[in-house]
Amino acid sequence: MRFIFTILFCFTFCFSIFAASETKNAPKHEWSFTGLNGTFDKSAIQRGYKVYREVCAGCHSMNLLYYRDLIDIGFTNDEIKAIASEYTVIDGPNDEGEMFERPAKSFDRFVSPYLNEQEARYSNNGSYPPDLSVITKAKINGPDYIYNLLLGYVDPPEDFELGDGMYYNKWKEGEQIAMAQPLDEGYVDYDDGTENSLEQLAEDVTTFLVWSAEPELEERKSLGIKVLLFFVVAGLFVFIAKNRLWKSVN
Amino acid sequence: MNNSSDPKKYKNSFLNWIEFRLPIVSYIEREYKDYPMPKNCNYFWSFGAMATILLVVLIVTGIFLAMNYTPHTDLAFNSVERIMRDVNYGWLLRYLHSNGAAFFFIVVYIHIMRGMYYGSYKYPRELNWILGVFIFLLMMATAFLGYTLPWGQMSYWGATVITNLFSAIPVIGEGLKTWILGDYTVGNATLNRFFALHYVLPFVIFGVVALHVAAVHVHGSNNPSGIDIKSKNDTVNFFPYMIIKDTLAICVFGFIIAAVVFFGPNLMAEVDNYIPANPMVTPSHIVANWYLAPFYAILRAVPDKLGGVALMFASILILFFLPWLDRVKIRSCNYRPIFKWFMMLFFVNFFVLGYVGMKPAEGIYLLVARMGLIYYFVFLLLITPFIGRIEKTKKLPLSISNILNNNHSEQNKFQKEVN
Repeated sequence: MRFIFTILFCFTFCFSIFAASETKNAPKHEWSFTGLNGTFDKSAIQRGYKVYREVCAGCHSMNLLYYRDLIDIGFTNDEIKAIASEYTVIDGPNDEGEMFERPAKSFDRFVSPYLNEQEARYSNNGSYPPDLSVITKAKINGPDYIYNLLLGYVDPPEDFELGDGMYYNKWKEGEQIAMAQPLDEGYVDYDDGTENSLEQLAEDVTTFLVWSAEPELEERKSLGIKVLLFFVVAGLFVFIAKNRLWKSVN
Repeated sequence: MNNSSDPKKYKNSFLNWIEFRLPIVSYIEREYKDYPMPKNCNYFWSFGAMATILLVVLIVTGIFLAMNYTPHTDLAFNSVERIMRDVNYGWLLRYLHSNGAAFFFIVVYIHIMRGMYYGSYKYPRELNWILGVFIFLLMMATAFLGYTLPWGQMSYWGATVITNLFSAIPVIGEGLKTWILGDYTVGNATLNRFFALHYVLPFVIFGVVALHVAAVHVHGSNNPSGIDIKSKNDTVNFFPYMIIKDTLAICVFGFIIAAVVFFGPNLMAEVDNYIPANPMVTPSHIVANWYLAPFYAILRAVPDKLGGVALMFASILILFFLPWLDRVKIRSCNYRPIFKWFMMLFFVNFFVLGYVGMKPAEGIYLLVARMGLIYYFVFLLLITPFIGRIEKTKKLPLSISNILNNNHSEQNKFQKEVN
């Protein structure tokens, strides 16, 4: 018994270390993908992808994703081909040694809005819009952080001094951000008739970003339940066997 | 020579054939079946077995990860992400490997604390303890090297901070640092050699673990009372009695590891490591891996860089001398009423150092780190050698079976009273 308590103590201690490193108490949002059996809402990811494509993709790359990955969120092969062909990639060299442009195919990575970091900085007042592929894993409480950030554009306090070309955002570290408010009510029209309020847009695009950062999430959790069950069942049998064996010793 | 000279020890003729040419069957039988374990060993004695299994898990997952990893500054980050996204069960390999390393440290820390509390480092197991500290050193090096490989922000800056420590050494420092890095700053040459070393060191660890296990089997395992085995009544056979206990412990621990790997795989990771390494941008605070944080706290608690480095290395190296710092013959802290509490405080102090090691080195955290640092050395250099002069130790039981019988008779008495 003492042993179990010691282990528990160690763990609560370890986890309290991680918990303590959280930033100021930002509001928590309800997500479908949290919890033991959390799953993605596929239609939310699809809507979120539309938000990304029409708004975020203007500045932010997602270069860990391939167009073929979209099959996971419910697009058909033909739809993916159609989506990819809207973008142009530079390929080559061809047989004459020339680089050439061609429409993107499903095996291509998401096409970046800028050729390189320099061009991105030049177009954005010196700031570099980060790649969004794993952004929700790159922030503490990533999903909540992104969601709050998108809703966090409010009027600055009167005595607040904004930097040149910066915008006030109450959830950003230092409370100012180089990105202008990217989303607002009605910025994107949904095909499935879902209401396009700011909250809805932010929730959908965050869900999309979580999927892109952790595409294995559903598979991981469903396998996890089985592995945990295995250890419980195996542990019970071993426990019974151990008690029987040791009865004679004690 | 005729075949009749083959001993017919075993029913299975294949085993006899092997045994005659290489007596490995009887070796396994002797060391892992009939090996006598003290009856009173508690579950803390399962952590050695658990650590060995975790080491194997780490080596196996690591080999498969290495098949898909590219040690190049331009490609490393993306190759790790490719493992997570496109390699079959790559996410499982990688999360098992990264969380497995963290749990390896948890298990080994508990194993070390057990060894300290029950005095397993004392005569005749001193060499065993030394081999153990050596494994711990190798583990820390391997973990640090491995942390560099994903080439995220924390990988890059962690490597920069740690390798910078070597430049504090007078005269040869700068040259040594450049020699380790293969460049003037952390770069592609560094990543390449760190990968090569990270691949090979676990096999070295495995070799030392084999020695560590062989050494403990010479004089047998210690036990919670710390007294020697007197007769066969004091022991049980390793198989099946200890094996079944170890298996139960592994099931419980496997459950905990699986819970983290499958439901919170990034709980113990630094978020900054999901940002590709960028030499132009320093993260707001560079934190050590939590399992190395106590030593990082010691490093930063000293205002002088060379002093910090020296004390950090001293804090580990001093452990080698523990068997000679502690002169008291009684092993188990159960029979040392005063030292026991200093020992407990030492463990708590170690956790506290780990906690402040992950916080910025300023204000209250720095103060706590300094107090923790002082207690760390006071405990090992003053309390441990000299407490024996004032401490009145409790009377040791006659034998292990005596303890168990007494417990039983007390239980029986208690039950009679209840009835």
